Amino acid sequence: MISPARLPARRPAALLSGAVALALAVASCSGGSSDGSATSKVTSITALDYYTDEPEHSQWGEMLTACGKTAGVKVEQTSVPGASLLPKVLQQASSRTLPDLLMLDNPDLQQIAQTGALTPLEQYGIDSSGFAKGILSAGTYKGRLYGLAPYVSTIALFYNRDMLANAGVAVPRTWDELETAAARLTRPGRYGMAVDANPTFEGTWQFLPFLWSNGGDEKRLDTPQAAQALQLWVDLVKSGSMSKSVLNWTQADVHDQFVAGRTAMMINGPWRIPALNKDKNLHWGVAPIPVPRTGQTPVTPLGGEVWTVPQNAESRQEKAAQVLACLNSSPNQLALAEQHFTVPSRTAMASQYAEQVPSMAAFVKSVEAARARTSELGVKWPKAATGIYTAIQSALTGEQAPQEALRHAQQIATSD
Amino acid sequence: MPSRSRPVTDPARARCWERLAQWMYIVPAAAYLLLFFGYPIAKNIVMSFQQYTITTFYTGAAPFVGLQNYSKILASDLFSKALLTTVLFTAGSIVGQFALGLAFALFFQRRFPLNGVLRSLLLLPWLLPLVVSGTAWRWMLDPDTGVVNAALRALRLSSSGIPWLTGTSQALVSVILINIWVGIPFNTAILYGGLQDIPRHLYEAAKLDGAGPLASFRHVTWPLLRPVVSVVLVLGVVYTVKVLDIILVVTGGGPAGATETLATQSYELSFQQFEFGRGAAMSNVLIVISLAFAIVYLRANRRARNV
Repeated sequence: MISPARLPARRPAALLSGAVALALAVASCSGGSSDGSATSKVTSITALDYYTDEPEHSQWGEMLTACGKTAGVKVEQTSVPGASLLPKVLQQASSRTLPDLLMLDNPDLQQIAQTGALTPLEQYGIDSSGFAKGILSAGTYKGRLYGLAPYVSTIALFYNRDMLANAGVAVPRTWDELETAAARLTRPGRYGMAVDANPTFEGTWQFLPFLWSNGGDEKRLDTPQAAQALQLWVDLVKSGSMSKSVLNWTQADVHDQFVAGRTAMMINGPWRIPALNKDKNLHWGVAPIPVPRTGQTPVTPLGGEVWTVPQNAESRQEKAAQVLACLNSSPNQLALAEQHFTVPSRTAMASQYAEQVPSMAAFVKSVEAARARTSELGVKWPKAATGIYTAIQSALTGEQAPQEALRHAQQIATSD
Repeated sequence: MPSRSRPVTDPARARCWERLAQWMYIVPAAAYLLLFFGYPIAKNIVMSFQQYTITTFYTGAAPFVGLQNYSKILASDLFSKALLTTVLFTAGSIVGQFALGLAFALFFQRRFPLNGVLRSLLLLPWLLPLVVSGTAWRWMLDPDTGVVNAALRALRLSSSGIPWLTGTSQALVSVILINIWVGIPFNTAILYGGLQDIPRHLYEAAKLDGAGPLASFRHVTWPLLRPVVSVVLVLGVVYTVKVLDIILVVTGGGPAGATETLATQSYELSFQQFEFGRGAAMSNVLIVISLAFAIVYLRANRRARNV
């Protein structure tokens, strides 16, 4: 990427590699103790997250400040966009300037814990009882707990009530119903269904409910169960019920299509609810993701961010751990979940929440059966995830039949 | 400094000072080159022989693995596909940019009203941030709602629309077309400059000899423009081989890896899969390809000067 001469407009690629190299250079010079002396009293700690959007950013800011007060420290919150969080953490890890309190997307935790940059939470006496099993497994690496999430989420089926009523279609519960409903809801200028099938981990995340609910498994991707799930998506595109553009859409694009009335149903997460509620003319509903056969429970991937305490001066770690415990206290879980339309990660809180906020009942139910992405493969998960989205892309473009695409996915997942 | 105010009489000392002064002139540029070009390249080469992963960032441990990174990326079936895509992308972009750029340059050589205004408008694609123009193109080429397909439908040229971004072969054509659009200003500007350097009287002499527009292009314009043409083409190849932003914004390398080039592969390996060693190896392959063209360019240049 580094060429002797270049156009100003095309610099980002070269700059990027240069910047990384430079960061490394600076890192190697500035390494050492930058965490201040351990004996002096800690009055403020730093926190890093990816909540850049409003109102999320200030809601989290308030919660961190409030929890900081109980621990007697000021919390300085920094938010970076989701895609730059991990690169930022890597830079900080190499320069030993990690924040005192670090938020990570739950499937990334094990990879970061593997580096040794995080501290196990047991040493601070943090109570992890009563948490849902799925999120605990995502926060655990080699038997030790490194991260806790105040709330969890997952994805579900959002539908446009008016469009379904006009077409006389009931909310689909099974794959067959989904296919017929999507076909009947499709009109000129409108599709019946929308998903995110783009070549990123987000595409994989949206496909998992279909893969897992049908008995598919990331440990072995070349199975008939996985092929059937992929075939469902292929059929939806082939029949014209789903746009071929799903190949490029992000979850945000899918949301935009839904709000614009260009799709009658979509797969998306509860963090979209505030935006959906803004449009008074949009009457939407939410239901669990359809399952292969009647009566099955959908198995969806567990979303949510875990908070961790990176390696720093011990006195700072102690304070950070107190704030982390406060974020995860039962009342705060409930408050955060209500703010963000998510589900408290303590099971007792979750059921209390379902009674208080009935519109979230579909999510509370789905989250109970939800599974962490890293629960089986751990740090090998990214490889399998890459294999899965590669297969989705090959199958939806018609380059490969689902079975063949998944055989290839299995090769990617097991390559080293 | 006290030494400066003292008159220097000793010739040996004067020479010494002069040599030092000479060095001082070189130091800033040399330091800049070493820091911002030498170090990243050296680091990149070292990295490509190491197992450089997420853990390396914290522990600093990057075991030396010899040629393993290179053998892994070269053996992967993605590599040959990405190499072919890179070749097609580069060749397609260069041919299109150059042909259209030359046509525009020749066109603007004529005198006509608003020539200057139009010529500066032509530079617009160059002035826009690539992420902005990439996003705009992505909207325009959207198969369902994009303006391009809407126009095709309205003109009854296509009933269902062309899957610009969702068809595996069409997507590559789309990113090539966008990159041609981006590259036209550069080609036009340089070629136009080259045309201005050709003495007017040669055209008049050719006209007197009875040469038409075609003959005067063949026998006057083309031979005299050749040095500029070789610069444009070689620089064009070097720039195009490593194009990353346009592809990332418009297709993200998809659908089904159809627009995955060596540059996007390298980016993905490093910043999405965090396989920094392999990413570095991939970008070194890219550097070698660019370097090969740079050498071709330098040799061609030298030969041209010797003639």
